[in-house]
Amino acid sequence: MSWALVLEQTLNGLQFGVMLFLMAAGLTLVFGIMNLVNLAHGSLYMVGAYLAAAFAQWSGSFVLGVALALPATLVVGIAVEVIALRTLYERDHLDQVLATFGLILFFNELISIIWGRAAIYTSVPAILGGHFRILPGLPYPTYRAGIVVVGILVSVLLWGLVTRTRLGMRIRAGASNRTMVSALGVNVRLLYTLVFGLGAALAGLAGAIAGPIYAVQPGMGETILIQVFVVIVIGGIGSIRGAMVGAIVVGMADTLGRAFLKPMLATAISPPAADKAGPALASMLIYLLMAAVLFFRPEGLFPARSRS
Amino acid sequence: MRTKTLAALVGLLAALVALPAAAQTVKIGFITTTSGPQGAIGEHMKNSVELALDHLGRKVGGLDAEMIYGDDQVKPDVGKQLADEMLKKHKVHFVSGVIWSNVMLAVAPTVTSAGTFMIGTNAGPHELAGKMCHEMFFTTSWQNDQTPEAMGKYMQDQNITDVYAMAPNYAAGKDMVAGFKRYFKNKVVNEVYTPLGQQDYQTEISQLRAANPKAVFVFYPGGMGIQFLKQYAQAGLRGQIPLYSVYTVDEISLPAVKEAALGQFETRYWSPDLKNAANEKYVADFKKKYGKMPVFYGAQSYDGIMLIDSAIRAVKGDITNKKGMIAAMRRADYKSTRGPYSYNTNHFPIENFYLLKAVQMPDGEFAMQIQKTVFESHKDAYAAECPMKW
Repeated sequence: MSWALVLEQTLNGLQFGVMLFLMAAGLTLVFGIMNLVNLAHGSLYMVGAYLAAAFAQWSGSFVLGVALALPATLVVGIAVEVIALRTLYERDHLDQVLATFGLILFFNELISIIWGRAAIYTSVPAILGGHFRILPGLPYPTYRAGIVVVGILVSVLLWGLVTRTRLGMRIRAGASNRTMVSALGVNVRLLYTLVFGLGAALAGLAGAIAGPIYAVQPGMGETILIQVFVVIVIGGIGSIRGAMVGAIVVGMADTLGRAFLKPMLATAISPPAADKAGPALASMLIYLLMAAVLFFRPEGLFPARSRS
Repeated sequence: MRTKTLAALVGLLAALVALPAAAQTVKIGFITTTSGPQGAIGEHMKNSVELALDHLGRKVGGLDAEMIYGDDQVKPDVGKQLADEMLKKHKVHFVSGVIWSNVMLAVAPTVTSAGTFMIGTNAGPHELAGKMCHEMFFTTSWQNDQTPEAMGKYMQDQNITDVYAMAPNYAAGKDMVAGFKRYFKNKVVNEVYTPLGQQDYQTEISQLRAANPKAVFVFYPGGMGIQFLKQYAQAGLRGQIPLYSVYTVDEISLPAVKEAALGQFETRYWSPDLKNAANEKYVADFKKKYGKMPVFYGAQSYDGIMLIDSAIRAVKGDITNKKGMIAAMRRADYKSTRGPYSYNTNHFPIENFYLLKAVQMPDGEFAMQIQKTVFESHKDAYAAECPMKW
C-alpha cells in the first residue's frame, strides 16, 4: 500500500463525493425548504444525462451538450414542479413518496420510449478522454480530474448564491421557518418553483457529467439516489454545508473502504476470511456510518436550524 | 349391415373429432426481461423468437403456435408467478427463455414439476446441470461454468500468469471465477468481488494498477461491462494490461463501448461470424428485420424454438407424447445456429467453445471475430452429479 495509491484513492473519493454533492444539494434544499420527499430526483439526473447525450450528438460538442442540458433540465424540473408536485406540499410524506415513485416509473418508461432501453454512450472530447500524470508514475483520468474541478466551482457558486444573495437569504430563511417567510410577504410558491428548478439543474449537471463514465440508461438515477439519501441524512436535512460535508464523507468512506478494507483486514484475520468479509463490510460502510450519525446526532452533522 | 353403417358413422365422427386435434395449437410461454436496464437483452430474445416463427411460417412442428411472453423484471418471484400463470391460466405446453440463473432456479422446478417442458435459452446454473437435473428440462445455451473454463484453458495454454480476477459479488460471479480456475492453474494474484450493479470501478481499477498484474480476467455482464470497459480505457490501462473476459463484450454492448473494447478477448460458444447455413440465414435475416447485429442471447432463443419444432415434428404433432418428445430433443436433430451439437445426460449441450476478439471491421463497425477453437465438444463439469441416465 504505497502513498501514491492512497493519494490516488483519495482523489477518487473526492471525485465521487463531488458527484454526490451535486445531487445532494438539490435534494436537501427541496426536502428542507419545501418539506417534500422527492424520490424522482434521480430521474432528473437521468434526464440530464440523456439530454446532454442528445445535445452533444446534435451539436457535435460535449461541452455544448452539457451547457444546453443544464437549462433544459431546469425547464423539465420546473414543469414537474408546476404540473405534478405543487399539489403534494400539503399531503403527508407517504403520499409524496408514492407520487414521486410514480414519477420515477413515468420517466424511466418515457426515456425508454424515446431513446430505447439499451444504454447509450457519450464520448468525451479527446483532450479530456485520456489521462495525465499527477505525479511521476501516477496517471489519473483527465475527465475525473475535470469533475473535481467542476464540482468545486459549483460548490463555490452555490455557497455564494446561498450566503451572499437575496435569493439565498430567502432560501435559508425558508429552510429555517417556512411559515414566517410567507408571513413576511415572500412569494413562497415562486420560491419553491425556483428552488426545485435549481435542484433539478444541479441533478441534471451531475447526470450530464456522469454520462461519459457510467452507462446512460433508463433507471440510472435510482442507484445513485440511495447514496444521496445517505448523504443528506448524514449531513442534516436542509443544509447545503451538511450536504457538502456528507458527500465528501460518504465519497471518501465508500472509496477508501472498497480499496483498503480488504488488505487491512487481511493483516488482522486470515486472508480467505478477509476476502469474504472485506467486500461485504465495504459495501455496508456508508450505511454503518449513517447509523452511527443517526445514533449520536439524530439531526445530522449540520442540521438546518429549527424547522417548522 | 346396420352395425357396419353405425361403425362407419362412428369412425367418421371420430375422424371429425380427431381433425381439430391434429390442427391443434401449441402454446409456448417465453419468460425474459423486457423492462429496465437489462430490457435490451429480452428484446433481442423476443425478436429472435419472432424471427424463428417467421422462418417456420408461424407454425411450430406443423402446429399453429401461440406465444405468451412474460417480463420477469430480473426477479425470481416474478418469474415464478409468470410460470404459474402460464401453466394454470394459459395451459402452455412449453415454457422457454429465462436470462438469469436465480430466476431460472425458481422457474424451472415450477414448470418441470407440473409435467411441462422447460426449454432454457440462457441461464445455466450448476444446480440444474447436477443434482436438480430433470428429464423435462433442456437448454439450448450452456452451463454457466463452461465459458470461463474455455477462457481458463486458453490463458493456461498461453502460459499467462499473475492474473487479476474481478466479478460481481453474487452466485454466478463466484461460479465464473471457479470455472476459470478449473482450467487455469497458474498464479491468480487477487480475486476482487464488487457489489452487483456497481457503476463506478475507478477505485478497483486504481487497486488493479497498483497490483500490476500480467493480465486481467473479468465477468461483468450487461451494463456493468460497459462501465468497466470504458473506465478501464479512460484509466489508460487498455493496451497496457491485456483484458480477458466472459459475457462482458457482446453485440449489445459493443456499439456502446466501441474503441474501449478493441483487442478484448472473450470466449463463447457462438458468434455471428460462425460459418454454417442456419447461422448465416439467422444473422442475415435478423439484420434485415431489426437493423442490428444479433447477440448470443438471441441465437439461443431462436434455437429454442427450433428445438421445440424438431420435437413436435418427431411425434407428428402429438404433443401429449412427452416421452417421444424427450427422446427427440435428446438427439438435438435440428439446424442449430452453432452448428451440430449433442446433449449430455443432464440435457446440457456438448458443444464447441471459441476464442473471440473485438476488432474494427473495414466498414468502421466494431465486431467480435472468432480467432480459434478452444474446446471441441466440451462437456460441463456437473453431468456426473445428475442421476438421469439414458
